[in-house]
Amino acid sequence: MDPPEINRAHRLKQGYEFTFLSDANAEVIRRYDLLHPSAGPGSVDISRPAEFLIDAAGTVRWENITTSFAVRARPEQVLKIFDDLGLSAAGRGLGG
Amino acid sequence: MWSGFLLVLAAPITYGTVFVRFPSTRDLPWATFLILGVGLSLAAVGVGRAYGEPQVYRGKMAGPILMGLGAAVAAFFCYQFFVFTRQLPPSNGAPRVGQAAPDFTLPDQEGSPVTLSSLLAGGGQGDRGGAVLLIFYRGYW
Repeated sequence: MDPPEINRAHRLKQGYEFTFLSDANAEVIRRYDLLHPSAGPGSVDISRPAEFLIDAAGTVRWENITTSFAVRARPEQVLKIFDDLGLSAAGRGLGG
Repeated sequence: MWSGFLLVLAAPITYGTVFVRFPSTRDLPWATFLILGVGLSLAAVGVGRAYGEPQVYRGKMAGPILMGLGAAVAAFFCYQFFVFTRQLPPSNGAPRVGQAAPDFTLPDQEGSPVTLSSLLAGGGQGDRGGAVLLIFYRGYW
C-alpha cells in the first residue's frame, strides 16, 4: 500500500535485504483476492496478511492465508518449506 | 489490589510493545494471559481483604471498582486478540496450491518495475531465476 519511498526508508531502517513492492492502488492485492476493506488507517482498504511460495514455473507450491492477522508465517517455517519442496530462491518479493 | 490492577493494565501494554516482537508470545500471548491472571488474582485477594477489614482499607468502594475495571481490561484484550484479529474477509478467489500465480508488475523500493514472471525466469547477468516468496502485509508504517 505504501509508496516506494516509504518502503525504501522502512527497508533501510529495518535492514531488510529483500525487495519491497508497492501496490498503492491494491491492484495485485485485489487480483489475489486479499483485500481487507476499510481496515487501514482512516478506513482505507489494505491487504490481509498472506504468503505464497511460487516455483520457477509460476505455480503456487505453498500458501499461508492466515485467519488471524496477529499470526503470520515464521521465517524458519518458510525456509523449511523451501527445503522440503527442493526449491531454490530467485529472490524474495514483498507486496503491500 | 492496586498492584493487581496495575499488572492488569500492564498486560496489554507489554503485549503491544514487547511480546508482539516475538512469534512465540505473539501468536498465542501466553505471557500476557499469565500477567492478566496474576493481576486479576492479586486484585481479587485485595478485594477480599478490603471486605474483611474495611476499617483498614478505607471502605469497600475502590475494590470493586478496580476489580471491575481490571476485568474489563482483560476482557477487552481477549476480545481484541480472539475476535478482532480474526475479522478477515473470505478470500475465496485467492490462488490455490497447484494453480498458476497471477502475473503482475509493481514498482520496487527504488521505483523500478518488477515483474513476477521475469523474477521466476531470471533476468540475465548471472540471475538464474527460481522460486519466489510473495508476502502480502497490511502496510502503512
